[in-house]
Amino acid sequence: MKHDGVLMGKVDQQELAEFAKQADAWFAENTPGDPGFMLPLSFLEVGTDQQFEFLRDWQRKVYEAGYLGAAWPTDYGGGGLDQAFQDAATEAMRRHKGPIMLNAIGLNWAGPLLLDMGAEAEKSKHLKNILSAEDIWCQGFSEPDNGSDLGNAQLTAVRDGGDYVLNGSKIWTTLGNYAKYMILLARTNKDAPNKYAGLSFFLAPMTVAGVETHPIRKISGEYGFTQTFFTDARIPAGCLMGEEGQGWLIALRTLEYERGARGGQAGGYIMTPIDVASVVDLAKEMKRDGAPAIEDPLVRDKLVEFIIEGQALDLCDQRGRIAPLVQDRPMALPLSAKLMWSEFAQRLTAFAMSLTGAKGGYYVGEPNAVERGLWTRSYLNSFAATIGGGTSEIQRNIIAEHVLGLPKG
Amino acid sequence: MDHLGRMGFSEAQADLLEVATSFCREKSPVEKARKLLDDEKGYDPAVWNEIVALGWLGIAIPEEYDGAGLGLAEVAPVIEQMGRRLLAGPFCSSTLAAQALLAGGTEEQRKTFLPQIIAGEIATLALSEESGDWSLVHLKARAERAGDKFSLSGVKNFVWDASAARWIIASVLYEGEPALVMIECGALPDGALRREVIIDETRRSYELKLDGVDVPASALLDPAKARAALAHIHLAANLLAAAEMVGGTQAVIDYTIDYLQTRKQFGKLIGAYQGLKHPTVNAFTQYEQARSHLYAAAHCFNEQGTGEIATRMAKAEADKALSYAADRAIQFHGGFGFTYECDAQLYRRRAIWHASQYGDAAYHRRKLAELIL
Repeated sequence: MKHDGVLMGKVDQQELAEFAKQADAWFAENTPGDPGFMLPLSFLEVGTDQQFEFLRDWQRKVYEAGYLGAAWPTDYGGGGLDQAFQDAATEAMRRHKGPIMLNAIGLNWAGPLLLDMGAEAEKSKHLKNILSAEDIWCQGFSEPDNGSDLGNAQLTAVRDGGDYVLNGSKIWTTLGNYAKYMILLARTNKDAPNKYAGLSFFLAPMTVAGVETHPIRKISGEYGFTQTFFTDARIPAGCLMGEEGQGWLIALRTLEYERGARGGQAGGYIMTPIDVASVVDLAKEMKRDGAPAIEDPLVRDKLVEFIIEGQALDLCDQRGRIAPLVQDRPMALPLSAKLMWSEFAQRLTAFAMSLTGAKGGYYVGEPNAVERGLWTRSYLNSFAATIGGGTSEIQRNIIAEHVLGLPKG
Repeated sequence: MDHLGRMGFSEAQADLLEVATSFCREKSPVEKARKLLDDEKGYDPAVWNEIVALGWLGIAIPEEYDGAGLGLAEVAPVIEQMGRRLLAGPFCSSTLAAQALLAGGTEEQRKTFLPQIIAGEIATLALSEESGDWSLVHLKARAERAGDKFSLSGVKNFVWDASAARWIIASVLYEGEPALVMIECGALPDGALRREVIIDETRRSYELKLDGVDVPASALLDPAKARAALAHIHLAANLLAAAEMVGGTQAVIDYTIDYLQTRKQFGKLIGAYQGLKHPTVNAFTQYEQARSHLYAAAHCFNEQGTGEIATRMAKAEADKALSYAADRAIQFHGGFGFTYECDAQLYRRRAIWHASQYGDAAYHRRKLAELIL
């Protein structure tokens, strides 16, 4: 009568178990050790060619072994299996602490978007090369003057014969220096009845003349994104996705993938998983007044709070798959996930920094730093998730308006 | 960090959730819950009879005692919906008393009393004392053997629904160890029960004076099981409280949203202001997390180790969620929020009550620290 809430459907459990076992063995065998240089914590901080090449090779290797895109259709380079198989592979990757998947935007939002809304030619052209990391993708949504107010994007795309001519600039272009394609939100009509209706969506090549990327340095000292300038850059008219004027609609759908509110991602993870267990271990190692920090009652209470909250996020994910337990507001959990985990990770890493005591003052590069400065670096980089993809404040507006039905501000 | 709970949901839970959702909505509109605040009895006997007829008292009782043979996992959605509608009555009291009999009673006692509880005879527990200590084993009340009887002494507090009950199961020290005895309310001397003034006016709670109360030898529950039974009751009570609070959290958030969607100031619906909007979302995400913890605790309740961890987490999170949501509900209703007329107070009072019974969030976190760190 009882089941664990996961609908198993038509998946052959024995086959799945066998696949999981093989994946586990493969990651045990093939997960690379310390490369001898610092790897980025997430796809957002790929700052050197050395990091880039290493991660690109790793992704290609995982894909070729069948553990990435396992649930994408075989016609487009995927494995054609049920999502449960990819989940098992991702779990094995996590267990063996494999490096992150590099081509995050392709794997997690451009790819699922193409599968969902793309034309046949677009799917055939792009999906396999996304999985193999042959083509790196980036996203051109935010602009220097239009961040949270994405619908106000001003970069122009003007039709000229068989081309569109692009002028303007995008910012926070993660993987901008390495990307071959950009999912681009651009203004094709300045006289549209409202700002949203003038937008169009492009699968734009980055390799044409007139596109320039300028790396931007982050609070952590690392690189990873660029400001991207378009000066009379010509792209073929066939790069338009859908029709002119549908850009906002497609961008909103893309954001749902980005925020994890829709499935279909290729698998793996794009950020080094931070688990509370490693913060508990840290509390055992660090000292307070001569005793392990974990003996301090206040530290204990904070740790328990974090364990409860981390557990809540896992349980919410599981509950999301049980229809009767989400029927009052079905979009609540998917639309809240990013807000909940990004804020959680920020508070957790800040707490971990404080646990390191005086050594919280060290940073990456200092040999005495705890875990090479991991916690401070993680905390500084945690803002990527509370700001990127829609700030936490914007997320609260979305939940308030789209889930709770509160009026727009 | 082992033994954390996980989600699961049975078909029986789904069915009961559906039935309880519409039953409680229909039987306990807030105007009715308010009317019962001043009623001495505190609940509607007709609704109670319907609950009995639905068989809900027997959900977690094995079939051999006329029950449905399910568990507290299946009681949780029912109580969640009762909490959501502030439906008053002795359902939790009788359910917990039945758990006490299952965990600590003799076979004879289970056979005698459980079918009657399922049939609607009300039973309750008398476990707390004047010290206010949440520990259920640090007791002053006593039982002394006197021939073929026990004579009881001391005072019990927070005896829920005592004036409606036919039996009270009280904890006492017997030969220096905690023990449970079953008291027939009909045999209590006049004045043994005094209604306590409590913060949650939807409930009834009593002080019970045991001095001069004698019970027959057969009233003693199995002394060998007493400590285990008290531990079980502690967790069961917290699971049910978490369920009631999660339901209440949903209700008070909905109540607040309704106001934010209709009240205008400076020519604008106040729900458009981020100063109100964002904390409401925070309350809502806390509710979602608390509800996830609740159903994980319900699912894992009977698992050794995991059940206790999941239940304490569920109570701690439900306390946090309801306390915050109701606190903000008062604040966001402005001047009206400060009045007795605003329903926000009903939920804030309920949160205070549940924090006071069987341990608040901080207490459970300390217990969890021992279990998981």
